[in-house]
Amino acid sequence: MDNYRAHVLVCCGTGCTSSSSMKIMEKFNEVIAEKGLANEIKVVKTGCFGLCAAGPIVVIYPEGTMYYRCTPEDVEELVNEHLINGNEVERLKNAGGSTDPKNFYAKQQRVALRNCGRINPEDINEYIAYDGYQALGKVLTEKMDPDAVIQSIIDSGLRGRGGGGFPTGLKWKFASGNRGQGITKYVCCNADEGDPGAFMDRSILEGDPHSVIEAMAIAGYCIDAHQGYVYVRAEYPIAVQRLQLAIDQAKEMGLLGKNIFGSGFDFDLDIRLGAGAFVCGEETALMRSIEGKRGNPTPRPPFPAIKGLFGKPTILNNVETYANIPQIILKGADWFASMGTEKSKGTKVFALGGKVNNVGLLEIPMGTTVREIVFDIGGGIPNGKAFKAVQTGGPSGGCIPASLLDTPIDYDNLVAVGSMMGSGGMIIMDEDTCMVDIAKFFLEFTVDESCGKCSPCRIGTKRMYEILSRITDGTGTLDDIQALEDVAVALKNGSLCALGQTAANPILSTLKHFREEYVEHVVDKKCRCGVCKNLLAFSIDKDKCVGCGMCAKACPASAITRTDYIAPGKKLAAFEIDSSKCVKCGACMGTCKLKAIVKQ
Amino acid sequence: MDMVNLTIDGVQVSVPSTYTVLEAAREAGIKIPTLCYLKETNQIGACRVCLVEVEKARALAAACVQPVAEGMVVHTNSPKVRATRKNTLEMILSDHNVDCLSCIRNGNCELQKLAEEYGIRKVTFTGAKSSSIIDDKSFSIVRDSSKCVKCGRCVAACKEQSIGVLSFLNRGFETSVGPAYDISMADAPCIYCGQCIVSCPVGALYEKEDTEKVWDAINDPSKHVVMQVAPAVRAAIGEEFGLPIGTRATGKMFAAMKRLGADKVYDTNFAADLTIMEEGTELLNRIKNGGVLPMITSCSPGWIRFCEFYFPEFIPNLSSCKSPHEMEGAIIKSYYAQKNGIDPKDIVVVSVMPCTSKKSEAAREQLVNKDGLKDVDIVITTRELARMIKEAGLNFNSLPDEGPDQDLMGEYTGAGVIFGATGGVMEAALRTVADILEDKDLPEFEYQAVRGVEADVKEATVTLGGKDIKVAVAHSAAAARQLLTKIKNGEANDYAFIEIMGCSGGCVCGGGQPIVNAQDLMDIDLRAERAKALYEEDSIMPQRKSHKNSQINKLYEEFLGEPNGHLAHELLHTTYCKREVYPESVIE
Amino acid sequence: MSIIKLTPEEQATKLEAVLSKYRGQGQKALMASLQQAQEIYGYLPLPVQKKVAEALEVSVAEVYGVVSFYSFFSLKPKGEYAFNVCLGTACYVKGSQALLDKIEDCLGIKQGDVTEDTKFSISACRCVGACGLAPVVLVNDDVYGRLLPDEIPGIIAKYKEEA
Repeated sequence: MDNYRAHVLVCCGTGCTSSSSMKIMEKFNEVIAEKGLANEIKVVKTGCFGLCAAGPIVVIYPEGTMYYRCTPEDVEELVNEHLINGNEVERLKNAGGSTDPKNFYAKQQRVALRNCGRINPEDINEYIAYDGYQALGKVLTEKMDPDAVIQSIIDSGLRGRGGGGFPTGLKWKFASGNRGQGITKYVCCNADEGDPGAFMDRSILEGDPHSVIEAMAIAGYCIDAHQGYVYVRAEYPIAVQRLQLAIDQAKEMGLLGKNIFGSGFDFDLDIRLGAGAFVCGEETALMRSIEGKRGNPTPRPPFPAIKGLFGKPTILNNVETYANIPQIILKGADWFASMGTEKSKGTKVFALGGKVNNVGLLEIPMGTTVREIVFDIGGGIPNGKAFKAVQTGGPSGGCIPASLLDTPIDYDNLVAVGSMMGSGGMIIMDEDTCMVDIAKFFLEFTVDESCGKCSPCRIGTKRMYEILSRITDGTGTLDDIQALEDVAVALKNGSLCALGQTAANPILSTLKHFREEYVEHVVDKKCRCGVCKNLLAFSIDKDKCVGCGMCAKACPASAITRTDYIAPGKKLAAFEIDSSKCVKCGACMGTCKLKAIVKQ
Repeated sequence: MDMVNLTIDGVQVSVPSTYTVLEAAREAGIKIPTLCYLKETNQIGACRVCLVEVEKARALAAACVQPVAEGMVVHTNSPKVRATRKNTLEMILSDHNVDCLSCIRNGNCELQKLAEEYGIRKVTFTGAKSSSIIDDKSFSIVRDSSKCVKCGRCVAACKEQSIGVLSFLNRGFETSVGPAYDISMADAPCIYCGQCIVSCPVGALYEKEDTEKVWDAINDPSKHVVMQVAPAVRAAIGEEFGLPIGTRATGKMFAAMKRLGADKVYDTNFAADLTIMEEGTELLNRIKNGGVLPMITSCSPGWIRFCEFYFPEFIPNLSSCKSPHEMEGAIIKSYYAQKNGIDPKDIVVVSVMPCTSKKSEAAREQLVNKDGLKDVDIVITTRELARMIKEAGLNFNSLPDEGPDQDLMGEYTGAGVIFGATGGVMEAALRTVADILEDKDLPEFEYQAVRGVEADVKEATVTLGGKDIKVAVAHSAAAARQLLTKIKNGEANDYAFIEIMGCSGGCVCGGGQPIVNAQDLMDIDLRAERAKALYEEDSIMPQRKSHKNSQINKLYEEFLGEPNGHLAHELLHTTYCKREVYPESVIE
Repeated sequence: MSIIKLTPEEQATKLEAVLSKYRGQGQKALMASLQQAQEIYGYLPLPVQKKVAEALEVSVAEVYGVVSFYSFFSLKPKGEYAFNVCLGTACYVKGSQALLDKIEDCLGIKQGDVTEDTKFSISACRCVGACGLAPVVLVNDDVYGRLLPDEIPGIIAKYKEEA
């Protein structure tokens, strides 16, 4: 790092930006300029450090001290104490709550995220300083045989990180035919990260956009394509902005466009924005969307490698997949293949969220167990609650129960336990999470997001959602559980695309691991987690009630009235809840200091 | 052609490599059920009814889009396939208004047939149903979304017509099919060709039924009902009674119509001959007097609407001739009324047409005479006529062969008959114009170059009176768009005369014709089969040129005077107007 | 993307500028045209869709089919302050449904609707990617993280003052 004596890295990923990290950065610049230190200390805007739970995060080098939950008001102190007086600010080194940064980073191995939080994503020179564009340079200037490059991707064992897990190198190989014959081909990047709870692609685009650009140009060289498209969710404004900046910078430096590295190879790249359709993460739907059509998947064959975007041979990979490519070229297939398990090589990025202490973004070698992620890296469950399940794979995935915590994570193992890798969303659920409600949540999502083209998915998702609604409303029957399983099979076998084929997974996996909760809902009309409102009953323990009347005041439905009963030792008559009037909002519970109101 | 070998249900087949599994199976005598599939028009693999098991494939494949491959092993009847199809059908039924008994497609519904074939005894899955809108505001087409199965056949057919009025709307369970903004078909720039109707596998799109109005008129003693029937109807109506596609049912059709109780039954072919006299004269005049050329035919109301909406700059090119049935109506309410001493107000003209657009045409304000009477009062389609015949309890197939009433307007020539097929109006006109210009009865009058369905736009150079003139024939709105765009761009400016029909194949495949199951359409070209019946009738007619129709000649002598003369103009010619697509009044 | 009020004339001029870029390009320019048109108008009124269709030479029904497919495209104007509740999984398990309920309650309108005075509107989305802050509510560009239902009335009051 150039001539500065210190660098202040401020995380400007979406999470931290949402909690005013941009203001923090401005403030640093302001204070440092004020104190005349602008020539000594450089403030750098970086991508995501990963530990979003403790954001906004500031890191000061050369010490590498991480400061958590910073505010603009803390900046003055950080400059005065750390940067001027050389004293670390202890109170900001605590990540807060049960969050433990040391463990969070200990088991991680960052390949795809290698530059996230390390470089300024808005400065191409920083990427170049960390070997950026060397892989592309190597491929082009050494005029490497495209087949050899593809072979090394095959040998690396890299599989699609978007969910399907198809070997990336093979995809490239299928599209590589008829090179040099002037056939129009396309290289596409799937950045339509629709899986709710997953944000690794966004973080890579925000933190290290050039790695994706570089990889796409390499892919273009390998298959003889000269145009690429990155399809990004419109919901990711920062990612779009940084990617566009990166593309512009790369074009300016001749790393995109005509005659890259003087090799005669041309490659252009453009962004295409999504418009809020989860199904566009499916490759054929994504291409239809770029073509300006409704995002309806189309049958395969023909496969995109033969007939894809605008009917031309196309390769489509996801952001994280691309982010691995330059490293594989530079460090070799063997290096990559040395990480991971037999059939799943390398590392995988996960977005850890939900009821876990260290919420954030992490990257681990394949084969790490679920337990290590949840308890070592994730720091366990907050508030002393018990772990119940981890949901992976989003709406196409399933829930993994405590009994399977020691499953080593790879593509095949996750499928074997009824879930899937998906794009890497990992949501932790604790004892308060109702598994039927979670299944319903996912089905509501798929009903919303089904494109409506094929009949099993269009109608079947709705039917499953309706059944789950009945079960959570308390009107379900045991036959309903059977019907759920029937529709699930019909969808799996009958649907056109993966969205429909996997839409029942959240149901099937919860039925498999938590069937008793379903049965409780329909037979005992009980939701053990107290989530399903219609199955709740609120009542007042009259012996605890002091008759203060706070609950009655809070009740929006006037369901709480005073009784004649005065409990021993109390002065006023107790209250009771008329269950026929109760709307189960829980407002009364919050008001009762004596915990006399019980929810069952 | 490259051939591949595959095994379907243990049967070895060798088929061209471009085949789908569905086509290969059909060749092997194995029927795979379909619903969204419509050969060449809609092959999208959406309904999932045609799923088959392909060995070594990850998932079941939709046979309609699955290409064949060498060595492929396919099972079309495995337990998994059957169960999945059945489940899918049940799911479709769970979101369908299963009101089969009172449905217009009862007995001719692809979904109903599938439910029968798959032994659906009850619909296990129940729940909310998606949108249910009944749009019956237009004169031609009714849309009932509660029956729609979202197969997209109508959307594809509409797009194939290059109209694109229908589209998939919304997403997921809320997906529906309809015009933009969910407006009525009456407010959309729809040409009412009805190709959506004949594409629909169920009863979600159908003609606005007018049969009750016909019965009422017949049963009203104060009304004098004159029915006329278009040439294309005879080429298809037999299908409604189980006769093979392409059967010419002229005799039984007239026998049936006469038995329905109308006072008179005529053939619109008479007016087709009249049209040729008027249109031929108009063409000759335009050529002679430097009028607007090319002159374009005006028989097809779908085409007229298309022109008014999408190519209004060609309105001056349109022949001012009314379409044949409108001419016939005008003559019935003048000449015929006069001759029979009937007050035109008491006459009800009923046209039996292969066309849904004719229903809207009959309501055009330009087709009302000076006494405020419509030239044609009621238009029913071929399908509606068939329903009336069934309702009347007539055993169509055992009726004797009869013809139209013979007085005044009963005669017609072969030239009139071929109006129902693409190129027919052109050929009929050429037969007459050539004779007039040469002033003799030319022995060669079959113009093969303008016949047939191979090309959407047909071109020919014909010698008329020693002069070469260039003509063109376009069938379907898409073909019209293609041709007119070429003319607009100056890429073709030497045509003198153009025939345009709104539907592919011409009237024989109009939107009012019997609906043929998608599976039956796999093996035949419906357009060609039905056209054959008309060319066959033409070939056996004693007179095959319009100007040889003695009753037409008498009509001019006794009543009209000269073709394009004053009275002819008043009764037989009309005007057109530009129409705005999605006007502000509709979308604001 | 805060809403800048433009006069109808300014909107028309801007739309014309967008469409002149894409004129005659057909369907492949549809998404971009619609996205930019929506930036100008805040939503996609039908006459705007018709203009886009004409410029791109695609059918109006096709345009509407696309508009009604993607949830990002809106047929209704949004409120001056648009509440957007994240219903992504991470936010959902941390109680974002209760936040949505509360906002609906406080504003007296449902998700997808706009208040009569057009000040507020409510929508829900599937993951804004700020899972570290779950549960998250956005009001235009302002992000509120780790939110509790009880904090909602205060937030609404703040915007009412501003308005």
